[in-house]
Amino acid sequence: MVTAFDEKEVTEILSLVKDPEIPVLTVEDMGIIRRLEEAEGRLKVVITPTYSGCPAMEVIEKDISDILTLHGIRDFDVVTEVFPAWTSDWISEEGRQKLADFGIAPPAGRAGEGGIASRAVICPQCGSEDTTLISEFGSTACKAQYRCRDCLEPFDYFKCV
Amino acid sequence: MSNPQTLFDYLIRLGDNSLILGQRLAEWSGHAPILEEELALANIGLDLIGQARMLLTYAGEVEGKGRDEDRLAYHRDSSDWRNLLLVEQPNGDFAKTMARQFFFDHFQYLQYEALSRSTDERLAGIAAKSLKEISYHRRHSSDWVIRLGDGTKESHDRMQKAIEELWGFLPEMFDMDAVDDAMLAAGIGDDVASLRDEFDMAIEKVLREATLDRPEDSWSVRGSREGRHSEHLGYLLAEMQFLQRAYPDAKW
Repeated sequence: MVTAFDEKEVTEILSLVKDPEIPVLTVEDMGIIRRLEEAEGRLKVVITPTYSGCPAMEVIEKDISDILTLHGIRDFDVVTEVFPAWTSDWISEEGRQKLADFGIAPPAGRAGEGGIASRAVICPQCGSEDTTLISEFGSTACKAQYRCRDCLEPFDYFKCV
Repeated sequence: MSNPQTLFDYLIRLGDNSLILGQRLAEWSGHAPILEEELALANIGLDLIGQARMLLTYAGEVEGKGRDEDRLAYHRDSSDWRNLLLVEQPNGDFAKTMARQFFFDHFQYLQYEALSRSTDERLAGIAAKSLKEISYHRRHSSDWVIRLGDGTKESHDRMQKAIEELWGFLPEMFDMDAVDDAMLAAGIGDDVASLRDEFDMAIEKVLREATLDRPEDSWSVRGSREGRHSEHLGYLLAEMQFLQRAYPDAKW
């Protein structure tokens, strides 16, 4: 609930903030922005880290501060909350499509269904379901490395957590 | 209502475990045997350092003396650290690093599963968040114990040796002292002593699959809860704390 601020306007401004490590996604697409609150005339932007050690969080916090300031909003706080824990289920449908278009396979299945993927991981290059895990760890905390058995391309996969 | 000093003592034990093991894993950067492990070890280390940041920040706030995460990380001498002796042990070869990780991951998973039900909401939130990460750390280290144990004669022998060299550090993990008892009574902490059976079953299952022998319980060392550490911690701190010690409060 935002009264002193137009929630729709703030949401629109915040939609300009990209994930610094996956710049095709906005922090909104990632589900990093949990909610907007207003208390005693100050806007409170509540964000949550994707991973405990995600080095992008400080940059994201600064980017949110910068973009709000740039749009003339001064009385605000950016607050981090870890509970409830972030899950890849919060990535929007639009975000999933953007990931696939960018060459990163989006999460296959839902979190907690077993391992990092409960369904076939689809190759973002050729669309094949015949893919194999190389390593559960990739270039960032949120990604694993896969290989396509059809087109033979290696690719990044966004883990289910 | 629990005593803030007791909660502080409890939180730095948890935070110090994560930070020291995270620092050990960071030592592998640029030295891992294969590229995938280079990324894996750095990723796991980063998760651990992230946990440590949340826990030490919280500890500093509970203490109320103005110490933040950095002050606690960079300005404490080894006798003020409360991490388990296991996590400060040197990396050794890849088998030794994986054995150390395997024991810690299985222990931490059980401990954080219990802590995610803590009556302290902030601690429960940190535990629940971390548990997601620990579940794939545990899978990763267990896979390597099996792969090396059930591998060549050389890899089998090295993994067996690693397990034996670290075995005596395990009993300490399941000790309960006055701080643990007070936290358990307050509904904040967990009963680590009660986790031993489940821990044993989980690791013995992996060791069997890895064709490794469970070592004899012939020796054990303790002391971290009183700040008595192996000499290795001093060297680790010397490297980790150097910059803040040489140039206090330096920022960049």
